[in-house]
Amino acid sequence: MTVTQTGTDTGTFAGTHSGLAGRLGDSVARPDGVPKAQGSFQFAGDLTADGFLWGATLRSPHPYARIVRIDVSGAWRINGVEAVLTAADVPGKATYGLISHDQPVFASDYVRFQGEAMAAVAADHPDTCRRALAAIVVEYEVLAPLTDPERAIDGSFPPIHPDGNVVRHQRIVRGDQSIHGPVVVEGTYELGRQDQAFLGLEAALALPAPGGDGVELHVATQWLHEDRKQIAACLGMPDEKVRIVLGGVGGAFGAREDISLQVHACLLALRTGRPVKIQYDREESFHGHVHRHPCTIWMRHHAGTDGTIRRIEARFVMDGGAYASTSSAVLINAVTHTQGPYRCDHATVDGWAVRTNNLPSGAMRGFGVVQAAFAHEGQMDKLAAAVGLDPVEVRLRNAMRTGDHLITGQEIVNVAPVARLIQETAALALPTEPVGGHDHDPMRLPGGAGRTADERHIVRGIGWGVGIKNLMYSEAFDDYSTARVRVADGVATVKFATVEVGQGFVTIVGQIARTVLGVEEVVIDSIDTEIGSAGSTSASRQTWMSGGAVEGACRLVRERLFEHVAELHDLEAVQLEIDGTDVVDTLGSLRMSVAAATAGIVIDETFEHHHPATEELDELGQGNCHTAFAFVAHRAVVDVDPELGLVKVVQIATAQDVGRALNPLSVVGQIEGGIAQGVGLAVMEELLQVDGIVKNATFTDYLVPTFLDMPDVVISLVEEPDPHAPMGAKGVGEPPTVSSTPAVVAAIRDAIGKDLHRVPVRPSDICS
Amino acid sequence: MSVIVATSLAEAFAALSAHPEATLVAGGTDVMVEVNAGHRHVADVVMVNRVGELCTWRHDGAMLHLGAGVTWSQIEAAPIAEWVPVLAQAARTVGSPQIRHVGTIGGNLGTCSPAGDGLPGLAALDAVVHLASPAGERSLPFAEFMVGPKRTARVAGELIIGVTVPVLRGWQGYSKVGVRNAMVIATASVALVTDLDGRTVRLALGSVGPTILRCTEAEAFAAANVDFANGAASAAVVSEFAALARAAARPIDDHRSTAEYRRHAVGVLAGRLLRRAFPNE
Repeated sequence: MTVTQTGTDTGTFAGTHSGLAGRLGDSVARPDGVPKAQGSFQFAGDLTADGFLWGATLRSPHPYARIVRIDVSGAWRINGVEAVLTAADVPGKATYGLISHDQPVFASDYVRFQGEAMAAVAADHPDTCRRALAAIVVEYEVLAPLTDPERAIDGSFPPIHPDGNVVRHQRIVRGDQSIHGPVVVEGTYELGRQDQAFLGLEAALALPAPGGDGVELHVATQWLHEDRKQIAACLGMPDEKVRIVLGGVGGAFGAREDISLQVHACLLALRTGRPVKIQYDREESFHGHVHRHPCTIWMRHHAGTDGTIRRIEARFVMDGGAYASTSSAVLINAVTHTQGPYRCDHATVDGWAVRTNNLPSGAMRGFGVVQAAFAHEGQMDKLAAAVGLDPVEVRLRNAMRTGDHLITGQEIVNVAPVARLIQETAALALPTEPVGGHDHDPMRLPGGAGRTADERHIVRGIGWGVGIKNLMYSEAFDDYSTARVRVADGVATVKFATVEVGQGFVTIVGQIARTVLGVEEVVIDSIDTEIGSAGSTSASRQTWMSGGAVEGACRLVRERLFEHVAELHDLEAVQLEIDGTDVVDTLGSLRMSVAAATAGIVIDETFEHHHPATEELDELGQGNCHTAFAFVAHRAVVDVDPELGLVKVVQIATAQDVGRALNPLSVVGQIEGGIAQGVGLAVMEELLQVDGIVKNATFTDYLVPTFLDMPDVVISLVEEPDPHAPMGAKGVGEPPTVSSTPAVVAAIRDAIGKDLHRVPVRPSDICS
Repeated sequence: MSVIVATSLAEAFAALSAHPEATLVAGGTDVMVEVNAGHRHVADVVMVNRVGELCTWRHDGAMLHLGAGVTWSQIEAAPIAEWVPVLAQAARTVGSPQIRHVGTIGGNLGTCSPAGDGLPGLAALDAVVHLASPAGERSLPFAEFMVGPKRTARVAGELIIGVTVPVLRGWQGYSKVGVRNAMVIATASVALVTDLDGRTVRLALGSVGPTILRCTEAEAFAAANVDFANGAASAAVVSEFAALARAAARPIDDHRSTAEYRRHAVGVLAGRLLRRAFPNE
């Protein structure tokens, strides 16, 4: 069975070159950049195969209901329908999930959120699928949904799931609990539900093996091996019967970490014996993946009159929605980042992640830390005001340094240049143009194309946000990565299961191989499960983990190459090194090109990269639960129309602790993209649910920033190579989202002189 | 399903009489969104985007006739923009450049959403909408054409062929509030047209009622209290004008906004537009 590539550039990157040139530290253009701009890149949604069928999913219209009866006979009567599946047709495990397996492949007794999968069909055409779904009769006993997280905590709502309504409760108790004041500032902060809003919708093509003895799934995902594990369990097959191949991914941001259509597509393909393709539309996508946790955070800071933090009290309530997904890990990230990038030795924190009949919440860029940062940065501004300091000074006085501790007792051993980040951000030039710009373009005013304001209606504000973000997985999880490097005739071929979602690993691979091995040509092998796991493309971890794996494999290959050359020329291998594209003898005169040195031989090495082990938190929230940390500072300048409540973010200045920028162009892209999502959360992005019903599951009404909403971004990359990081490089993907949101909100507060404690900030919050 | 691409009015009428319930498509920027979302099932389609008669405009002295197929990108540019600035400004807020290249004023009338960006301007200009069928033509004032949210006086078999608006002397403008600085559906919108010769100020509100609302009290108040000769209005007049606009609104709460904010916003916009029209205190 052949998979048809409609694009000229494969989304799997198989056989593509990792950039055309460039070593570590160079700005290397993405190999898929031009194809994506030209429309020739093959996304997962572009895949087809000979004789393939379309799959589609029946979803619950109710947020909470008991299923009395499902009658699928009507669907079978429609010409062109080849399969109709319900919970009864799942041969293996009936449920899946990233941490606890609590989500059904198909609901069978209860539906717990609007859009939960009930059944799937395969047919000859998407229209046939739609008619088949419409012909399935489901009788529901509609129940009143649990939508208030506090009712999940206080136990006043009967369990909506056998696992109960509390997904996780975690306290952190550290230091002297009696510290009070002398300065006390307090606030309650709320964050709405943000969607990852990737552009490439969920899509997959499942190919059954002959006789149904296995399945190959081409899918846009974030973690091939975790997908395989969950899919195989539900199919009732051993892992090796399930092969996962990366389909071209159009953005992820956490939304592809959980299973969506994977099991459904495989089941339909195995049932029909034919390839099955599923692609969601935008509305189905909003229902079909997890979102950022809506969250309410109360915080009280006790500080000295000089503004130094003495103790923090906090309570986090995170709405996990109907199924657990990664809620327990998101909660731990949130509560362990309560203090932000500031010293604090005394804390009392109470955190809850709970189950409701809202959409399931899970991973999104920033993973719990975005929520914590909105609260701690709001508190820092309140503290500054209470002690009469400016926002920069109060942050400098408390800035964390290497050797300081989290409120979990964990020592920060990484580079922690927080004060430098704040100072470098402050040194970046403020926008020189006045409100509306030098050319007085009304499009640049708040309201933009709507021409709602004149320059005299606008006030400008400046705000700060500083953040800390953990990198890699936490709590004793070994999220290792594997890479295989094969060198022959001067060409390095690199094999890995690292998912490229747009973050740029495909350029880093070549840069590492060229730098370590001196090869000029680096070819990327197919990205699939025919090698060990790479872990997830999330948690800002792939440059560190998979970069480390590729570097490790390259070093092994280099050792073998040196041994080979040493033997041929009667030298000691330790005398040899790579200089540019040559192997050279540091003690003699030998110099030969790597291409010549590898002519006629094959060196093939595999390396598994593990980070140091971490611990679980104890009952008091103490323990070395995180792997590493990165830091960032943001300063936002906004123009606000106070009377209409409209905002134009004018500029974001940022200094980011990147360790070492392996591909500066890529780092800048991550920073600008992360800031776009941070700005979106600050002023517009919210998926609304009322009584569990989603109100705006379209891009008409779920608004993400346009070019006109995007501020100018000025960047200072702070490069202090981290001794714990492979190649000194820290992950850079998440920090831009962590504190850009609080910076924008602080700037709005500064402009209008009013407290704002909820994001996204709505026009009516500003002008009411 | 059939798709008929008409290249003349005669062909369009023939197609419509063969398929009276056919969906008419010009730019398709409203229809295709609904089709793709599964909210509209299309049986037969008559494409009118290549009907030459619909894609032209005509300026004869005091009046401007816009064919239904005239696009927003035509309206936002000279010369049309110089004759009807209120429509040009509305055009600049419609979707993205790609949408404006194919979306038409006739389509805006055909959909007739209370949030339609072109409609407050047409209401303020007292536009006349022209409908035609093989039986003949009829013309309706905009206020009689739009009868409810997404409901018009057009009957099956009729084609919206164009709209006639006056070319007036005096300031015109359109402002729209949305939660994004571009490519956004109006939460509230206001069109204001001044007629220096007729000494009138016309004010129309969008997205705050089932149809576009004309604010006759505010208009009468302005006509009586602004200084047309000197382009002046006192702060008190601007403030009262805004209050009358607020009072005329009939907004609802929905997922895009609260009724309260919508009412507030049209007041602010009406006041600001009056000040732009009469910049002197």
